[in-house]
Amino acid sequence: MQTKRTIFSNKGLPYLLLAPQLAITIVFFIWPAAQAVKSSFEREDPFGLRTSFVWFQNYTRLFTDPNYLNSFGRTLIFAVSVTFLAMAIALLLAAAVNRLIRSSNVYTTLLVWPYAVAPVVAGILWWFMFNPSIGILPYALGQFGITWNHRTSGTDAMILVIIAATWKQISYNFLFFLAGMQSIPNSLTEAAAIDGAGPFKRFWTIVFPLLSPTTFFLMIININYAMFDTFGIIDGTTSGGPNQATNILVYKVYDDGFLGLNIGSSAAQSVILMLIVIALVFVQFRFIERRVQY
Amino acid sequence: MVENRPFLNVLTHLVLILGVAVVVFPVYVAFIASTQAPGTFFRGVTPLLPGPAMVENYAHMLTEGMSTSGAPPLWLMLINSTWMAIIITGGKIAISIISAYAIVYFKFPFRTLAFWIIFVTLMLPVEVRIIPTFAVVSNLGLLNSYVGLTLPLIASATATFLFRQFFLTIPDELMEAARVDGAGPIKFFKDILLPLSRTNIAALSVIMFIYGWVQYLWPLLVTTDSRYYTIVMGIKRMAAYADQQPQWHLVMAAVILAMLPPVLVVIFMQRLFVKGLVETEK
Repeated sequence: MQTKRTIFSNKGLPYLLLAPQLAITIVFFIWPAAQAVKSSFEREDPFGLRTSFVWFQNYTRLFTDPNYLNSFGRTLIFAVSVTFLAMAIALLLAAAVNRLIRSSNVYTTLLVWPYAVAPVVAGILWWFMFNPSIGILPYALGQFGITWNHRTSGTDAMILVIIAATWKQISYNFLFFLAGMQSIPNSLTEAAAIDGAGPFKRFWTIVFPLLSPTTFFLMIININYAMFDTFGIIDGTTSGGPNQATNILVYKVYDDGFLGLNIGSSAAQSVILMLIVIALVFVQFRFIERRVQY
Repeated sequence: MVENRPFLNVLTHLVLILGVAVVVFPVYVAFIASTQAPGTFFRGVTPLLPGPAMVENYAHMLTEGMSTSGAPPLWLMLINSTWMAIIITGGKIAISIISAYAIVYFKFPFRTLAFWIIFVTLMLPVEVRIIPTFAVVSNLGLLNSYVGLTLPLIASATATFLFRQFFLTIPDELMEAARVDGAGPIKFFKDILLPLSRTNIAALSVIMFIYGWVQYLWPLLVTTDSRYYTIVMGIKRMAAYADQQPQWHLVMAAVILAMLPPVLVVIFMQRLFVKGLVETEK
């Protein structure tokens, strides 16, 4: 690991400096994670009096439980939709702002603030807009003969949480796309223009390929966001309903463990989620070491 | 811009205006709703023009809150949220900068191990280990306290990495010169490293403040005593009642107040915010 050419030679001081960070990490991160792994192999009797070691039974039960497999599928639909929509819209907006010279700052300011809105608040904002009895959007949809009710229709509920999650994430993607575009040298696009390439051709053949490191990085971050940071959006709006339609994995851990008090199953789900995060972080860091190049 | 294309310029502005409209519209609707008089939401569709009761609604929420939902007045929740965000920001930066200092400027056994232990925190978001973490906090007797609200969220791999990367870019000569002049590790840190890190600390503070403010699940679990409610978690309780008793004008006033502080931070410190965001992720 990299360090300085000359270093301080104190023996105890570095441990003292690291102590607070390590203490918090061990007590609140590593210890609970180890506990989760341990209880994922155990089963508690209904009164919480005895626990017995059950090997992989919690896991095998999960993967034969249609509810859990359904939740996996829901998460996939949700994460892919949010990632695609948030990135596509952000790319369009960033490309537009990048064309401007004078007013780009104004637009940037107007577009980035949703980053600071809490997910649960974003959820409630859209919940209110789509409220079946008084909301403005169901009213507008009604004019076209479309009936909207996210309390009874699983599809409507899924669309609602996808919209809320996308709305909040656009600002983040926008900033990264814009930063990526601004780091592309002007000489490249100018040369292409002299060779007769129009704006759209220049975008798809020069700018977009050169953005591929940013695009890839954002893809990982967005999947991570959609899978783990959207808890508040789900809890603030549909609470996983109707009929499990929006019960994504991260919400199910909470639902089964805290509300359903099924500790063993919830712990097994936690462990599966941890493995997913570890895989995502690993991919992300591999990529930072060796960027996608053309 | 490479060449002048009037049609494309118009299109660019149209796209952006449409984008901004979509982004702003939900907040506009919420704000309009928060100015309506009670009874507006019993029937019909949400109005799109301001109502007469803005001052009353906000004053009512700030001083009394929605008593039916068991939530305290908003001023109390706003103060709790502010404290929570500030403690998390300060704590994260303080412990991260000293651990990065230890990792970069010292050589000691288990250095790599320490680095990896910090790294692991990236992989364990609170949402995936809620029950055991809750058990630890409750065993330590930290439920319903500011310590319980903030301490478990203070460890930060991203901040540690950012400071580590930054320290590695500082020329070695600086430290050698300081040592020749007789400065020890504490003095070097205090008089040279800390002033040099000022911009990084400021940029990171903006990001961490937002992180602390928007926390939802954790306060929901560790606070049962309404004196410790934060505004972001309190809103859920109010919204849950709004469907039975249509008090959307009050709920939306709370929503606006819950968004305002971090959004203002982003708008007024945009340069630092962008720097913090882009650099912590690299």
